[in-house]
Amino acid sequence: MSDFQLNPHYAADDVKQEPIRAGFGRGLVKAGEKDERVVALCADLTDSTQMSHFAEAFPGRFVEMGIAEQNLVTVASGMARAGKIPFTSSYAAFSPGRNWEQIRTTITLNQQPVKIVGSHAGVSVGPDGATHQMLEDIAIMRVLPNMVVVAPGDGIEAEKATQALAENDKPSYLRLAREKTPIFSTEHSPFEVGKAYVLRQGDDVTLMGTGTMTYQLLMLARLLEEKGVSAEVVHVPTIKPLDETTILESVRKTGRVVTAEEAQIAGGFGGTIAELLSEKAPMPILRLGMQDRFGESGAPNELFRHFNLTSDTMLPGVLEFIKKVPQYKPGF
Amino acid sequence: MTMTVKQLEEKANDVRQDIIKMLEEAGSGHSAGPLDLAEIVTTLYFDIMKVDPKNPEWDERDYFFLSNGHTVPVQYAVMAERGYFDKKELMTLRKLGSRLQGHPERTKLPGLENTSGPLGSGLSQAAGVAYTLQHIDKQKHRFVYVVTGDGELDEGNIWEAMMFAGKYKLGQLIVFVDRNNIQIDGNTEDVMPLEDLAAKWKSFGWHVQEIDGHNVASIQDAASMARAIENKPSVIISHTIPGKGVDFMEYDYHWHGVPPNDEQAKKALHELRTLRGKISHEGEGI
Repeated sequence: MSDFQLNPHYAADDVKQEPIRAGFGRGLVKAGEKDERVVALCADLTDSTQMSHFAEAFPGRFVEMGIAEQNLVTVASGMARAGKIPFTSSYAAFSPGRNWEQIRTTITLNQQPVKIVGSHAGVSVGPDGATHQMLEDIAIMRVLPNMVVVAPGDGIEAEKATQALAENDKPSYLRLAREKTPIFSTEHSPFEVGKAYVLRQGDDVTLMGTGTMTYQLLMLARLLEEKGVSAEVVHVPTIKPLDETTILESVRKTGRVVTAEEAQIAGGFGGTIAELLSEKAPMPILRLGMQDRFGESGAPNELFRHFNLTSDTMLPGVLEFIKKVPQYKPGF
Repeated sequence: MTMTVKQLEEKANDVRQDIIKMLEEAGSGHSAGPLDLAEIVTTLYFDIMKVDPKNPEWDERDYFFLSNGHTVPVQYAVMAERGYFDKKELMTLRKLGSRLQGHPERTKLPGLENTSGPLGSGLSQAAGVAYTLQHIDKQKHRFVYVVTGDGELDEGNIWEAMMFAGKYKLGQLIVFVDRNNIQIDGNTEDVMPLEDLAAKWKSFGWHVQEIDGHNVASIQDAASMARAIENKPSVIISHTIPGKGVDFMEYDYHWHGVPPNDEQAKKALHELRTLRGKISHEGEGI
């Protein structure tokens, strides 16, 4: 059995919810308390990205950068050269959306332990529309050598992930969502960079999620159970480096894979898993997420339904996939 | 290290010869910028900066950021002359397995402070160090020196860094702009005009000086003045001649991104060794 302790109330209608970014705000203050080398830089979105808590706690270690994302990450690279552990924050659409080359050259090739925090990722930004709904960040960050990519599943995990990244001595990307998200983990759940976690055991299909989608897959597994399908749920908060052992162990047992992400499936989390399976355990895969299109304005919950990113809107497609595709038992 | 102006000038001439030999051997690379930066980078490493070639990570050192990474042959040559590594290694420039990458990579060669090549980002990295020294670690006796190209100033990242350094009054940040007036597509004022350059920096809150970038005494004086200005970052607009020291390369933007061939290198070395025929050298005759 998994030793991941699920919130016992995760499936309740009144499950506690909070924005994932709130966990980042708490985690950064804790990281700052533990290590005085931690500094924070923000591009004019300090409240919005929840960096404000750090700025209040450690005003001498917070730097307001103005609306200048290229300078944001390159100054951070310099501060890392001077011995600091810089966290940068902005909306993911702007950082790493706008400043990718600077991240590539001055942070990953240069191997500086800068932590790029991209808030408001995914369609759950809602009414702001497609310009602000960053969907390509997983793809552009995971392709960079030396870069760690983490998309926490809820606020509690974001708090732990922030503290862990402060200590990993590597260039890292932390992907955060704006909207309130149900809390499915607990203070006692494990979190380690590079680990995936089996949240629920099953035999017929592995549902694999990252970020906000893991909660939806937990709920989907319950709906599938009502239809007589036994689903295993694997939470993959670290997209790079990927926990191949846990993932392959699960999929070799179930023989079918569904991935879900609030991002482009091309090059994103679904792309990551497809690459792994095609090399190490070829089997059918259904990738849920953004299908090569941009988002649009709307309420977050409307958009989740519109793009089939809720458990009930995922259900028909997943049932069809399971019905249509025979369970694959790899011979290796 | 105490050297006279004449000794520094001679060292810069040695550096130019190193650059020609390196580029000829490499068969690719940039000629004009490295040659015109010889006095500035030589004077920085041999006279102005506190550095320890045997301990590149010395925690009392001054920092040097080369923002226009394509001119790195001049930095490699000066570092070798200064004793960071053996001069023989200069001949490995741009070759497989070399620590001397075509554009500088910090993780390959001890003594480099940054990885650069894509233009416009070195000033920001230097500003990050300067901010840390001044506002967080309170190490006011250490300085951060930067060399940028002038064509490089087309990049938006530069102007973001200029605003940032001005806002935070980074008095320990000292920038030399290599004002050689050329970039790949032509003269800077034709490709994307920069003038009035001094007024632009000034309006961003910088202390501005303009010097002859080949005059060692001027470089020393300007750096002294810049260190004395505590409440502003400093820029030293250094007027240089692209390809300086080699007659057929000077002022010609076509030499921005190409190396000399064997014959051209021979001619260039002869010019440098004889100061264009003014002196005899190693039996070359006048």
